[in-house]
Amino acid sequence: MSDQDSGPQGFARRDFLKGAVVGGAAAATGTVSPAVAAETQLQAAAPASQLGYAFLNIEEAAFVEALVDHMIPADDLSPKGTDIGLNIYIDRALAGGWGKGERLYMQGPWKRGTPNQGYQLPLTPAQLYRAGIEATNAHCRKTYGKPFDRIDVKQREEVLVGLSGGKITFENGPPARMFWGTVYQTVMEGMFSDPIYGGNRDKAGWKLIGFPGAVAVHREHVAQYRDKPYTADILGIADLS
Amino acid sequence: MATKLKDVDVVVVGLGWTGGILSKELTEAGLKVVALERGNPFNPANDFALPNLRDELRYVVRHELMQNTARDTLTIRNNISQEALPMRRLGSFLPGEGVGGSATHWSGHTWRWTDMEFKVRSMYEERYGKSFIPDDMTIQDWGITYNELEPYYDRFEYTAAVSGKAGNIKGQIVAGGNPFEAPRARDYALPPLTPINSSVLFTEAAKNLGYHPFPRPSANASQPYTNPDGSQYGACQYCGYCQRFGCEANAKGSPLVSVIPIAMRNPNFELRAHSWVTKVIKDSDGKKVTGVAYTNVLTGEEFEQPANIVLLCAYAINNVHLMLLSGTGQPYDPAAQTGVVGKNYCYQNGVSATLFFEGKYFNPFISAGGSNATIDDFNINWAFDRGPHNFIGGYNVAGGFNTALPIGFRPVPRGTPQWGTAWKAATKKWYQHGMTINAAGSVMANRNNYFDLDPTYRNAFGQPLMRMTFDYKDNEKKMGKHSADLVNSIAKSMNPTHVNQASSRDSWTVVPYQSTHNTGGTIMGTNPKNSVVNKYLQSWDCHNLFTVGANVFPHNSSYNPTGPVGALAYWTADAIKNRYLKSPGPLVQA
Repeated sequence: MSDQDSGPQGFARRDFLKGAVVGGAAAATGTVSPAVAAETQLQAAAPASQLGYAFLNIEEAAFVEALVDHMIPADDLSPKGTDIGLNIYIDRALAGGWGKGERLYMQGPWKRGTPNQGYQLPLTPAQLYRAGIEATNAHCRKTYGKPFDRIDVKQREEVLVGLSGGKITFENGPPARMFWGTVYQTVMEGMFSDPIYGGNRDKAGWKLIGFPGAVAVHREHVAQYRDKPYTADILGIADLS
Repeated sequence: MATKLKDVDVVVVGLGWTGGILSKELTEAGLKVVALERGNPFNPANDFALPNLRDELRYVVRHELMQNTARDTLTIRNNISQEALPMRRLGSFLPGEGVGGSATHWSGHTWRWTDMEFKVRSMYEERYGKSFIPDDMTIQDWGITYNELEPYYDRFEYTAAVSGKAGNIKGQIVAGGNPFEAPRARDYALPPLTPINSSVLFTEAAKNLGYHPFPRPSANASQPYTNPDGSQYGACQYCGYCQRFGCEANAKGSPLVSVIPIAMRNPNFELRAHSWVTKVIKDSDGKKVTGVAYTNVLTGEEFEQPANIVLLCAYAINNVHLMLLSGTGQPYDPAAQTGVVGKNYCYQNGVSATLFFEGKYFNPFISAGGSNATIDDFNINWAFDRGPHNFIGGYNVAGGFNTALPIGFRPVPRGTPQWGTAWKAATKKWYQHGMTINAAGSVMANRNNYFDLDPTYRNAFGQPLMRMTFDYKDNEKKMGKHSADLVNSIAKSMNPTHVNQASSRDSWTVVPYQSTHNTGGTIMGTNPKNSVVNKYLQSWDCHNLFTVGANVFPHNSSYNPTGPVGALAYWTADAIKNRYLKSPGPLVQA
């Protein structure tokens, strides 16, 4: 979770927003609850690019924020996942055409198929994400008594290792490895795609590896930089628009 | 009810390289040509422009220029006993869609296939005896020779701005080129691309081992170029955004830079984009076709376009599908071994190793589509004796980069954690210091690899999807193992800090991406029993129906298919102009 979501008071945004819903009833009577006022303040303090979520609900947002901060922790190599906007990238991807399965053949009948036959679920990527988060949280509650965003770092690591290695299966959910594959792909897309999609904020992913971005003209560089490090300003589509 | 339109001389289905070449050639011969393209009418200056073109997510990952599987896809299975299921999203291969077709997003690799392919059965039988060819391997001679096709290769290479270094000009071996290539009348249109570090290192290593490296011939203009038709190409900028992208510099050999604009300027030509052909219409006695049925996908309106000549020039798989949907030719039955439409589907075979060198810099984002050095020592020559290895065909090996953008290319040694600080550290450490060596292998036809119509699944027009039944057979597995061993031995000789070794593929899977080189289904041959079309790509059943594309290849080489696809388009154009128009009828007597 990002800093503004879990302040010194120690409450998580999820509880906070649930409180705000109750507060909403109070607001209807003409008074503004302290919770709503505090939320307004928090939102005002949030970075301009944090526009709120278009797809993720409160629990899903908490999951995704915890996930990307675990997978991309803050260290001397990069800021953490939410500070790079990976949660925003994922939310927009799920809310957009890709998440809605715009290029996915969605006609039945639906069969499981062999691994060689690839994706065969009757779910759009957004539906798979939703069902996978629910199933992962159910697994976490059963194993640790708490959803993914409330367990500690060691337990989160255990869950991701279990998902990626096929050790965790969902009893009443989508194939766990299919969910993991989609999650992993979107985290990497958020890290390395052009910042216009909401992730890779401040080109943190590109800076990490030294990818120059949308730079286009390397004709003179081929021989000049052969076996030498090439450095240049890292530019994205927005910088050149 | 379909609206019946006014008769034209020629209807072209699909406007990529082959449809573009035939449209240009036949309009110049005075024929009235209508091209029906189911995708968008791209305009490079507007659609493939900076900065929006520099978007890996949009083009590489989300497949902006590719066929939309929501509307039309295939069903797939590895063998006859399985139930085929839809390829619900693209993976293994990426057919293009829109004016320019797959030639918009290709990398430009342009090879000349030779008699090692065209005479595959007779050459292997002569050298190793008939029993060397397995019973279930349905390879055959193509009915055409390298010498017949040579002028047409030349024409295509000069049209498409192919950069390279000849290895054999009129029988004289030329240093620095491919010594195994067949004789060429002259050198490539342009000198080779400037080599990048990975190809320099590969070249050195291959030479040290006694192999014969050469720069990959590729339709990425190494210099500004005006082709014989007056089409102008810019110079390749080594931008790194090539495969799966349109070219902002107009440096990639593309029909959108060359033949299509020429056809468009000709009053004899009309392009109708967003026009999805659903059927080729036969006349009552089935000896000719009368035109095509199509749907305008913007309005849903249905049309019938009558034509004297129908040319199927869509992506290879879609050409086969249309022939199966239209009942032109007898569908292939793998059990009874009857019929030919759908027979000899072939894919490609490949292995890859990643090498990591502490202290060496590769700048993987600086590359052209064709910036590779290649060896052909295990491919188109008899110096490589297949006898002890007991397989047919071969493979080429290349070191270098094509489109190595960071969502897809961030090499780390195997065993590196997939996330967290350790993953970040390894990704940072190796991104600049990893390179790949790849082998691409041929696939020989097998009686059990084929296309037919799926009994269950349908496309957006309610028509049966095409069903693909394919897997690697023993021949490909032996070759895959041989190529992996070779790649690993070259890698080892380069003394990298780490290497992720190559291993062969046992079975074909629809994920991940491997190669868009799908061939066969409506193969060419010497008679109606062994083929759907004759050597002029003319249907044996209906003499005014031609199909041009890799769908006519009786098997698949290790080489990329666009060279012979382009050459055959010119070859067919000449056959229509010079022979068919004078005397419409079969160009080869059955």
